Amino acid sequence: MTATPSTALAARPAPGADAGPGAPLLRVENLRVGFTRGGRTTDVVHGISFALEAGRCLAVVGESGSGKSVTARTLVGLTGAGASVTADRLELAGRDLTALRPRQWRAVRGAEVGFVLQDALVSLDQLRTVGNEVGEPLRLHRWGDRHRRARRVLKVLAEVGVPEPGLRARQRPYELSGGLRQRALIATALALDPALVVADEPTTALDVTVQAQVLDLLAQTKERGKAVLLISHDLAVVARLADEVCVMRDGVIVEAGPAEQVLHRPRHPYTRTLVDAVPSEHTRGTRLSSVPVTLASHHGVTARERAGSAAADATVPVLEARGLTKRFRGPDKVDRTVVDGVSFSLGRGRTLGIVGESGSGKTTTARMALAMLTPDAGEVLLDGGPWSSLTSQGRRPLRRRVGVVYQDPLSSFDPRWSVGRVLADAIGRAPARVPDPRARAVELLELVGLGPEHLDRRPLRLSGGQRQRVAIARALAPEPDVVVLDEPVSALDVSVQAQVLDLLGDLQQALGVAYLFISHDLGVIRHMSHDVLVMHGGRVVEHGPADDVLADPQHEYTRGLLAAVPRLTTPGGP
Amino acid sequence: MTTQTHAPAARRAPRLVPSLGVVVPATLVGAFVLAAVAPSVLAPGDPTAIDLEAAFLPPSTEHLLGTDQSGRDLWTRVVHGTRHSLLIGLGATGVALAIAAVLGFAAGLGGRLVDRVVGSLIEVSFAFPTMLLALLLVAVRGPSPSTLVLAVGIGSAPGYARMIRGQVLAVRQEAYVEAALALGHRRRDVVVRHVLPNAMRPLVAVVTLGISQSVVWASGLAFLGMGVAPPSPEWGALLEAGRTYVTFAWWLEVMPGLAIVLLAVSVTALGRAAQRRLEGTDR
Repeated sequence: MTATPSTALAARPAPGADAGPGAPLLRVENLRVGFTRGGRTTDVVHGISFALEAGRCLAVVGESGSGKSVTARTLVGLTGAGASVTADRLELAGRDLTALRPRQWRAVRGAEVGFVLQDALVSLDQLRTVGNEVGEPLRLHRWGDRHRRARRVLKVLAEVGVPEPGLRARQRPYELSGGLRQRALIATALALDPALVVADEPTTALDVTVQAQVLDLLAQTKERGKAVLLISHDLAVVARLADEVCVMRDGVIVEAGPAEQVLHRPRHPYTRTLVDAVPSEHTRGTRLSSVPVTLASHHGVTARERAGSAAADATVPVLEARGLTKRFRGPDKVDRTVVDGVSFSLGRGRTLGIVGESGSGKTTTARMALAMLTPDAGEVLLDGGPWSSLTSQGRRPLRRRVGVVYQDPLSSFDPRWSVGRVLADAIGRAPARVPDPRARAVELLELVGLGPEHLDRRPLRLSGGQRQRVAIARALAPEPDVVVLDEPVSALDVSVQAQVLDLLGDLQQALGVAYLFISHDLGVIRHMSHDVLVMHGGRVVEHGPADDVLADPQHEYTRGLLAAVPRLTTPGGP
Repeated sequence: MTTQTHAPAARRAPRLVPSLGVVVPATLVGAFVLAAVAPSVLAPGDPTAIDLEAAFLPPSTEHLLGTDQSGRDLWTRVVHGTRHSLLIGLGATGVALAIAAVLGFAAGLGGRLVDRVVGSLIEVSFAFPTMLLALLLVAVRGPSPSTLVLAVGIGSAPGYARMIRGQVLAVRQEAYVEAALALGHRRRDVVVRHVLPNAMRPLVAVVTLGISQSVVWASGLAFLGMGVAPPSPEWGALLEAGRTYVTFAWWLEVMPGLAIVLLAVSVTALGRAAQRRLEGTDR
C-alpha cells in the first residue's frame, strides 16, 4: 500500500489511525514547502501525501523543478533557510517531525534517517579518509567508544560491498573509483542503522555497471528491513527498485500507486509521456515524444544541402578511422594508451553510435574524429580524403563539414554572445555566402523547433533543452556532412531528451547528415544508431549493425553492459 | 533538481532603485570626477593665491577646510589636487594593465617555455618591494608625476599579470573556444574574439579596486617626496607640506588624508558592487 496522493486512490485502506504493527514508518500528509526570497514566497511543493513502510521502497519520480529533491530534503530537515514547511502530518515512526528544532533534527538525522546524496565526488570531504567520513555520524551521535566505532565502520563498509574495508577506510575519496565513493556515501548513511534511507538520485553520475551494483546494494538494504525513499528522474532505475511510485510534477503528485501499475499501465498523461520517453524501450525510427517537430523550412535547406555535396560519392564513407591510437602521459610519467587501434567507418546519412563507460576512450576517439586531437598512430579520413593527417592550415577550410554538439551546451557558447550572434558566426562558415544571415538564422531556429524571438536572447537565459537545440542549429549552420554528438542528451530531463533525440532523427532524414553519436547510455545508442561500436579500456570490443550487436552480443563485456542497463520491462514481464 | 531545464525565470528582477551602498559611493566618485574635470565649479578660487595674513586659519565657513602656512585655501587646493591624484591613479592602473596584458597573454598563449619564463618573471617582481622600485626610478629619472605613474604601474602589474594568465589558461579550455575552432575559425581570430574579452571580463571589478589602491600608493610616494613638488596641490604633496605644522594646524594633514580615504573607499565600494553584479548575473 502507501504512496497515497491526496485525491485519488480512495479505494485503498486509509493510512490507519492506529499506530500498531504494520503502520507506515513514514507518513506525510498535505506537505507544503515554500521559499521566501526578497519578500516573495514561491511554493514548490503543493500539499503532497505519501506513506512508506519498513522494508519497502517508495520512489518519487519527476523532472527538474518538480519539487522531488525539496521533498527529500524536507524529510531530513535540510530544506534550507527561507523555507516554510507545513504539513498536516509529517511523522517518522510515530514521531512528529514538523515541530523539531535544528538541535533535535541533528539527533534524528543519521540515527533515524540516513541521507544519500547524488554526487559522491562532491559530497565527500576530499581531505578526510573514508573511515573518518563513515565514522562521522557515529561520532556525532556519541555512539560507542573509538574502538567500537572503528569496528563498526569496517563492518558497514563490508556490508555495502567495499572490498578490503581496512585499506579503503584509510584512503581518501579521490583515491576511490566512482562506484566505491558512492558505496562509501551509502555506508555513511547506514552507519547508525537508520530505519529510513532517503536516496536522492543515488546513481545519476555513475556508469551502468556501477549503477547496477549500487541499485543491488539499495535492494539489499530494503530486504534487511529498511525503508528506502528513492528520488530519481530515471524511470528505468525506479523500475528496478521501487515497490511504490509517486510521479511528481510542478510540486504535486500526479500519479501514485504500485510500481508495476504506474510504470506499465500509467493513468496520467504526464506519466505516460515519461514512460514513452525512455529510449531503450523503443526501436529506432519510432518517436519518443508526442510533440510533433515540424520541419517547416527543410525543403529549402535540403536543396541547398544536396547542392553542397552533390559531387560526393555515396559509396565512400563520410568519416573513416583506421587504427586510431592515442597515448597520454599520466602524472606518474607513465604513458597510458587511452585509445588503442580503433577503426570504424561512417556512411553518408548514417549514425554510428559509440558506447562505453567512463574511461573507455570514447570521448578521446570523438576528439580525434573532430581533429581536435592528433592520433599517435592511425588516421581519420574525411570523404575518402585526408583529415587527421592534414596540417591545421589545410584542415581549416574543411572544418565546416564536421560539426560538433557537446554534452553541456551552455559552456559551448561564448557567454557574451546572443543566440543570433552565435548562429551568424556559424552561418559565416557556410560554403556559399549567405545573402541574408539573419533570415537564415531564423530558418535554422525554426528547423530545431525554436521561434525567432530567441535570436536576441543569451544562451544563459534558455532552458537546457533550448540550449541544446541552439547548439544543434549552430552545428548545422555551415551545412556539415557529419556531426559529432558527444553525449548530447546526457544533461537533459527524459522528456526533453526524447524531444531532442526525435529532432536529431528528423534532421537526419531531412538533411542527410551523418552522426557520430557518443553516449554512455545504451538505450539512447540503441534508439539512434544504425551501427554500434562498443568500447572498453580504449579498445573496440564489438562492432556491427545496432540490431545485431545489441540483440545478440558476442563479447562478454557487451553482454554485461546490456544486462546492467535498468529496464522498464523485465524480461518476461508484460 | 539535477539538471536545469527550465529557464531561470525566478531570477531576481533588476532593482530599479539602487541600494544606498551604491548611491553614496557613486555620488562621491561623481564629485571627485567633477573636481578633476572642472575644479573651478566646486572651488572658484585660485589654488596658489597667497594671503599671508590669513595663514593657519582653522576650518570655518569662509575657509571650509582652513588655510595653510601661506594662507592658501585648503578646500580649493584639495579640489584642484583631485585631478593630479586621480590621473596618477588612472595612469598607474593603465600602465599596470598594459604591462600585465602583455605578460599575461604571452604566458597564457605562448606555450610552455614562454609561460615558464614569464611566470618566473612575475614571481620575482612580486618579491621586489614597490617602494624600492620607485626609489630606483626616481634616482634614474628624477621626481615627477610620470615617474610616479610608472613606479606604481610597474609595482602593481605582476598581480594583474598573474590573474590574466590564469584567466587565459581557463578560457582556453572552454568548450566555446573548441567550438569556434571546430567551425574552422583561425586561431588568431578565436583568441581575439573569445579568449581576450572573456579573459579580461573578471578584471573589470578588480581594476576598479586597483585604481583606489594606486591613488593611495601614489600619495604615499608623493608624501615621501618622490612625485610632485610641494607647491602642486597633489594630495600626497599636501600631506608632505603640512607635516611640519601638524602640531598646531591638524587640518593640513587630516583634510587631504580624508580626501584620499574617501576616494579610495568610494571607488572600492563601487568596484565591489560591480564585482557582485558580474558574479551574480553571469557565470
